Amino acid sequence: MESLFKLTWLIPVFPLLAFGAIVLYVRRWKRVASWLAVAAIAVSFVLSQIVFWVAVGTPHLGEHPFEELVRWLPTGHSAFEMGVMVDPLTAVMLFMVPLLCTLIFIYALGYMEGDPRYARFFAYVSLFATGMLGLVVANNLLMLFIFWEIMGLCSYLLIGFWFEKPSAMRAGLKAFLTTRVGDAFFLLGLLYLYSQTGTLAFREVLSEETLQHLANLSVTLPVFGTVPVATVIALLIFGGTVGKSAQFPLHVWLPDAMEGPTPVSALIHAATMVSAGVYLVVRMFPLFHAVPHGTAPEVVATIGAFTALFACTIAVAQNDIKRVLAYSTISQLGYMIMALGLGAYVAGAFHLITHAFFKALLFLGSGSVIVGAHHEQDMMEMGGLRGRMKITFWTYIAGTLALAGIPPFAGFWSKDEILADAFNHGHYLAWAVGSLAAFLTAFYMGRQIFLVFFGHPRSHHAEHAKESPRTMTYPLLVLAAFAALLGFVGVPEDFPILGHLLGNPFHRFVGHEYAATPVNPLVMGLSILLACAGLGVGYLIYGRKPLEEGQPDPLTRLGVVYVVLKNKYGIDELYQATFVWLTIRLADLFALFDREVIDRIVNAVARGTAIVSDGLFRFVDAPVIDGLVNLVGRAGAWLADLWGRFDLRVVDGIVNGVGAAAQTFGRWFRQVQTGRVQNYILLASVNVVVILAIMYLVL
Amino acid sequence: MIPLTWYLVLSAVLFCIGLYGVLARRNAIAILMGAELMLNSANINLAAFERYLAAGSLAGQVFVIFNVAVAAAEAAVGLALILAIYRSRDTVSVEEVDLLKG
Repeated sequence: MESLFKLTWLIPVFPLLAFGAIVLYVRRWKRVASWLAVAAIAVSFVLSQIVFWVAVGTPHLGEHPFEELVRWLPTGHSAFEMGVMVDPLTAVMLFMVPLLCTLIFIYALGYMEGDPRYARFFAYVSLFATGMLGLVVANNLLMLFIFWEIMGLCSYLLIGFWFEKPSAMRAGLKAFLTTRVGDAFFLLGLLYLYSQTGTLAFREVLSEETLQHLANLSVTLPVFGTVPVATVIALLIFGGTVGKSAQFPLHVWLPDAMEGPTPVSALIHAATMVSAGVYLVVRMFPLFHAVPHGTAPEVVATIGAFTALFACTIAVAQNDIKRVLAYSTISQLGYMIMALGLGAYVAGAFHLITHAFFKALLFLGSGSVIVGAHHEQDMMEMGGLRGRMKITFWTYIAGTLALAGIPPFAGFWSKDEILADAFNHGHYLAWAVGSLAAFLTAFYMGRQIFLVFFGHPRSHHAEHAKESPRTMTYPLLVLAAFAALLGFVGVPEDFPILGHLLGNPFHRFVGHEYAATPVNPLVMGLSILLACAGLGVGYLIYGRKPLEEGQPDPLTRLGVVYVVLKNKYGIDELYQATFVWLTIRLADLFALFDREVIDRIVNAVARGTAIVSDGLFRFVDAPVIDGLVNLVGRAGAWLADLWGRFDLRVVDGIVNGVGAAAQTFGRWFRQVQTGRVQNYILLASVNVVVILAIMYLVL
Repeated sequence: MIPLTWYLVLSAVLFCIGLYGVLARRNAIAILMGAELMLNSANINLAAFERYLAAGSLAGQVFVIFNVAVAAAEAAVGLALILAIYRSRDTVSVEEVDLLKG
């Protein structure tokens, strides 16, 4: 059975082939292109399922992960080993990523219908799938980084997919540049790690000795003083996560990324790429915790907790249906990061998986709403879609309950595990922040549901909304099933009845070496209460008395608080006024310097050169060099004349003589060439006889 | 028992007749027949040597078989050529086919 792991490397290859084929051959046949993409990802999906189930059936996979290597660029002693690795974490990701990719590809068949760049869309998402799958199966950090950047590129291309819209174009650029800041730190971390250990393979980097070595080594930095190398590397790598997973302060790109097509928002900016950042932290978890009670986990947890709450509060005051979800994604990613910082490995990984499913569901649902409501994205202009879009409504409800953390939906189990972990280990502040965020999450989801689906239509578009085609609703149904049921794989073992019955297979598979956190009835009860309260407040404000057309959001009564939240704390403006302004001013300054100083120097040099060359021409060239040149020329002419005579007499004579000789011989020999085969044979036979005679006489 | 020499003489005579045919005849088909004679004289040689000098090795006989096959192929190709020449020039006389004359 384990030989089936050999299939792993094929998983990212198929989407790549689809990408190449679409770009090179079938760009013009959009049906073929889209189905090619879907077929490729479906093959990857099947392969991934095989690998996943084999992994589930393999005992001790965690201690002895499957690895397959090739030596890459073996030059000198520094051959780099590239390859694929399957351990429980990879297997779980392989369960999640291709499944979501496949569903979203199918969904996109319907959503992108009629787009002039239909084939190109599928080429990009195929390339993206290659990036994500490659990242998941990579066995070393360099490969991971390469695929990471491929995803970054695809994200840029897909956010700016409708580049006729200036906002989309700018959003793509913003995403690319903002994540690049994080990636620069990530790359620095890799280089530092390689310089310290000489390897980037997970197996070696995360081995006991290497971690010990890195933890004991320390380095003195200008501001921070003496810190262990492990901490520095971990935080540099975490920089990549902050960019990719849109954590504070690099979160600004993700809400703008909603300019892209909705399947892209679901695939890249909710389910896969942004969770790649979290995956990186999960993967490098031992490195973060290499130094006992170190600073790295503290920083991680702080940033995560802050982001979780911060993004939640912004989400409350947004009116664009996708932007609410975007801030919700940031907040949930913050949750996972916080969990990992607090040492809750399994809880973080579990939330990563469940969140991917229900957030993809919510995004696809919002896409369905947007298509149904004729590309209206403002929730204030919707309302009353419940009866018009039945499947979308019910699946959206499932996603909302999962996100809000209502039992028994998936989000409840994973979120509660994080909160319980925080509480049980005495991180009360983190627990309080997480609980508050959970309440706000439930509230803004309630607000969204009641604004979009209940009440009366508040615009012409909403009134004429209709259900989306089947390619879009079927993926919703599948995802809704996962959002409802996936949580059961991670029910804590000491949960009454259910825990005993199900036995928490997720924990056993992924985190057998980490102790499970016991169920805390207080935390669990409070979290259910908060979730219900959040939804309840949402109902009180938006559900009991639905908004009428043109009526302002009741939240405006909060006054200045609402304005601040609505404007996202002005972070965008702050960056605009500081970093962007500074960069542009700096560029202006350099331009000024260029014009005033460098240009002048160049001009002065040019003028000086002209003067010098003029002088040289007058006083050196004309009298001296020209005289010499003329002398040499005359001597050359005389010599050439002499040689010409020699040529005419001697060389020509020889050449002519050779020609004439050849002609004479030719005339003589052509007589032999009668064209009669028999003459040739006669000649040959006579020669043979003569040679035989000579041999006989001589020998 | 007939001595080996006799076979060799027979083969030599046959070879000379063949060679004469090839050299002296004008009809291309006759030339082909001469070539055939020469091949067969070689076959006699091969069989005789095998019988007298390396009895039981079979190598000579195998060679003869090969030779027969080659001769058949050669005759087929040759006849095809002659037919082609006849179609284009209405003659099989080698005197008149001298396109390669220098």
